[in-house]
Amino acid sequence: MTDSATGPDQFTGATPDNALRDADRAAGPVLAADGRPLKQSLSRALRAQKLRALGLISPLLLFILITFILPIADMLFRSVENQIVSETLPRTVLALEDWEGEGTPDEVVFRALAADLVIAAEQKLHTRLGSRLNYETTGLSSLFRKTGRDVDEIGEVYLDQFEALDPAWEEPGTWVALMAAPDWIEAQADWAAQAEADRDFDSPEPRFRLDPAAGEAFPVAAPLYQRFAEVIQVENEDSPTEEEPWPIVYQALYEDLIAGHGEGVAGEAGRLIAAARDAVPGFETASAREGFLEIDEDWGNPEVWGTIQSFSDPYTAGYFLSSIDLQLTPNGVEKQPEDQQIYILLFQRTLFMSLVIMGSCVLLGYPIAFLLSNLPLRTSNLLLILVLLPFWTSLLVRTSAWKVLLQQQGVINDVLVWIGLVADNNRLELINNQTGTIIAMTHILLPFMILPLYSVMKTIPPYYVRAAKSLGATPFTAFWRVYFPQSVPGIGAGCILVFILSIGYYITPELVGGTTGTFISNRIAYHISQSLNWGLAAALGSILLAVVLVLYYIYDKIVGIDNVSLG
Amino acid sequence: MPLLDTQADDAFVQFERVQKSYDGETLVVKDLNLTLPKGEFLTMLGPSGSGKTTCLMMLAGFESATHGEIRLKGQPINNIPPHKRGIGMVFQNYALFPHMSVAENLSFPLEVRKMGKSEREEKIRRALDMVQMGDFGGRRPAQLSGGQQQRIALARALVFEPELVLMDEPLGALDKQLRETLQFEITRLAHDLGITVVYVTHDQTEALTMSDRVAVFDDGRIQQLAPPDELYEAPQNSFVAQFIGENNTLDGTVSQLSGDKCIVQLDSGEEIDALPVNVSNVGDRTLVSIRPERVEIDPDLGPDSHTLDAEVLEFIYMGDVFRTRLRVAGRDDFIVKTRNRADQVRLSPGQKVKLGWLPQDCRALDP
Repeated sequence: MTDSATGPDQFTGATPDNALRDADRAAGPVLAADGRPLKQSLSRALRAQKLRALGLISPLLLFILITFILPIADMLFRSVENQIVSETLPRTVLALEDWEGEGTPDEVVFRALAADLVIAAEQKLHTRLGSRLNYETTGLSSLFRKTGRDVDEIGEVYLDQFEALDPAWEEPGTWVALMAAPDWIEAQADWAAQAEADRDFDSPEPRFRLDPAAGEAFPVAAPLYQRFAEVIQVENEDSPTEEEPWPIVYQALYEDLIAGHGEGVAGEAGRLIAAARDAVPGFETASAREGFLEIDEDWGNPEVWGTIQSFSDPYTAGYFLSSIDLQLTPNGVEKQPEDQQIYILLFQRTLFMSLVIMGSCVLLGYPIAFLLSNLPLRTSNLLLILVLLPFWTSLLVRTSAWKVLLQQQGVINDVLVWIGLVADNNRLELINNQTGTIIAMTHILLPFMILPLYSVMKTIPPYYVRAAKSLGATPFTAFWRVYFPQSVPGIGAGCILVFILSIGYYITPELVGGTTGTFISNRIAYHISQSLNWGLAAALGSILLAVVLVLYYIYDKIVGIDNVSLG
Repeated sequence: MPLLDTQADDAFVQFERVQKSYDGETLVVKDLNLTLPKGEFLTMLGPSGSGKTTCLMMLAGFESATHGEIRLKGQPINNIPPHKRGIGMVFQNYALFPHMSVAENLSFPLEVRKMGKSEREEKIRRALDMVQMGDFGGRRPAQLSGGQQQRIALARALVFEPELVLMDEPLGALDKQLRETLQFEITRLAHDLGITVVYVTHDQTEALTMSDRVAVFDDGRIQQLAPPDELYEAPQNSFVAQFIGENNTLDGTVSQLSGDKCIVQLDSGEEIDALPVNVSNVGDRTLVSIRPERVEIDPDLGPDSHTLDAEVLEFIYMGDVFRTRLRVAGRDDFIVKTRNRADQVRLSPGQKVKLGWLPQDCRALDP
């Protein structure tokens, strides 16, 4: 006797499902009344519904995109982004490509650095670069700051000699005539006339354009002068017609002339150039290298150059390497010095303590949730309010309360001393260490364990345990083999919630953790708000994110995410 | 009411003066005395809140008796925890463990009894075959229909071979057809295995068709404990008469009482013949009860019998029977059932007839 009416699917025989399947097999897609395939008609009919649903969630979607997805993407990007070096020192990076990492680099590199730094100093970018490189090698920040102040002096020798040769070199106009495109000179003159005539005239000066002929004639000096003109116009809102170029431009001109360039310049400028060409072989020379070493002898340190070279790529793994106590050196990836290895330890500690907190939440929360779910509704609601009570108190207040309770002269120690469990001169250290963090965070995160546990246990009917007992199971066996497995989804949900919350917790470890009880998040916060090393903070954050995702994946494999239930 | 037969030597299950209160103010079970011989199929029948499930739970050990003693095979079991009582139980919602397969569910009571693997497998196989579910051992309960789940629940309650099995409205959640099939199967199994069954239900048909004896509960007391036929034909009081089957009732006063016959004067002034059940004196108020199928239309019962005038209000054709609603003695709800025979007259509304019955079919009960 079988009850076929309510039996499981039978795959042969006439059932509505099988009729559909047969029809499918026999005649291809099922057609709607108008002859379109049924699936197409169906999706058309459902489209409006889907669009409306999308419309309803779109504010939230947008909100999440802006406040969650984009920041995370930005964080991931920042953790590898390193464009500042190649943007601030483009010439140096290029010149440094062939450097082998031995001794100090060539004069060419120093000249390139001089050009880059003059421009950077003018734009006040050198300090930012210094701070960036300081994350990798300490001392670079002050080196760049100091060099930025004095880098003007490099090339001064040439400036002086050009001006001694002909005072016309002092005139900005000389340079304009030499370098600027003729149509720009005209446009600039028009603009100047207009500005003269009308006081309220405030449109900016036309952008400097380089004469292509000058570009050919002076391969080194012309691009530099063009950059000078740009910086003068953009940064200083000044005009190249009124500013004498940087000494470094004179040096570049010297380089061009001594190399035999500078032919075919016409007019007054041509005369000056011809004169200069004759004179340059007799010029006193000055090495840029010497100039830099004079400013700071650290420029002779290969480590400084190694750092610049290692971090010259626009994208770097350096932040991630730092996050796991490694560093990028010219010789490849190396371990950080022993005394600077903290991140792996911090990650381990964060994971370990989060696990301990999670475990203690399970141990403390399970019996409470069990009790709550077995009490009459009135009582359990009352107790549930007590469980939720902490949510209505500020996190800071609760954490501070733990400070009062746990400190060596605090309530708990006093009580222990009073009952004689602990000697007065040997009070327990319960705060500003791992113990403190674990106690305070277990307390704060406990509701996040109790609530999912409670809501799952609430759905387990009492008759399962009764059935188990009637079948001969002792109360413990009935609990362990029948009740507990059914509450596992709640444990899973609670554990995920508590673990993920605690792994990124910040305030409580900061307040009660001391030095040994802090989490990786405290270090991230430090890099965000104090050392301003956002790249490293982003890399640490990305690793934390990755760890959570990996754990989540493992959890899914072992427990199954379908088994997680919030009720 | 001879409910108290504690002297029975074959008492297998015995409730003696058992009382139960949950709140200390009202008694849910009032002075329960009940004895079951071994192998009996006893049904506790009653409206919800009548205390029948509480009795079952006390027997299973999930509730403790406030007063009195429950004995199993002569041993008091009041203080024995449920898992040591060795009583099988089938629950209304099956209570199959959702995280275990069917075979694991059946294996559970054997495992907790520390039974060896091969022995377990043998017993599971036999129990599944017994309920015709031999191929379903690997399924999860959620993959089974309600009827299949209840079969498994039954197999699980029987697999460890208990002598006593309790069933708490086990068929309540099933549809009618399935319920009838399973009713038959449960009774067959109970008799084949020789187990004692205490079955709780609020469905009187179920109670009448399955049981050896039925205990009708109301208001925390057993109103009548009797085999199904006796219960139907000879209800001891008006509650039982009205609770079991369809019933016509008329209020009146005893006007003559002689041995096994009495005459009751109805409130409308007419007189009828009745069998005195719990009336003892002339002048007692009484409620007379007549089954609809025992009423005869235009009867020929002899000269000294009384008949009542009636007017047909409604005639309903129900296939095997005709159901006629009439106005009798000032009431509009008097029902008469007649068999659909070839010569049966079909009454029409407005028609005036006379009604009568044999005195033994009309029971004068407590008011």
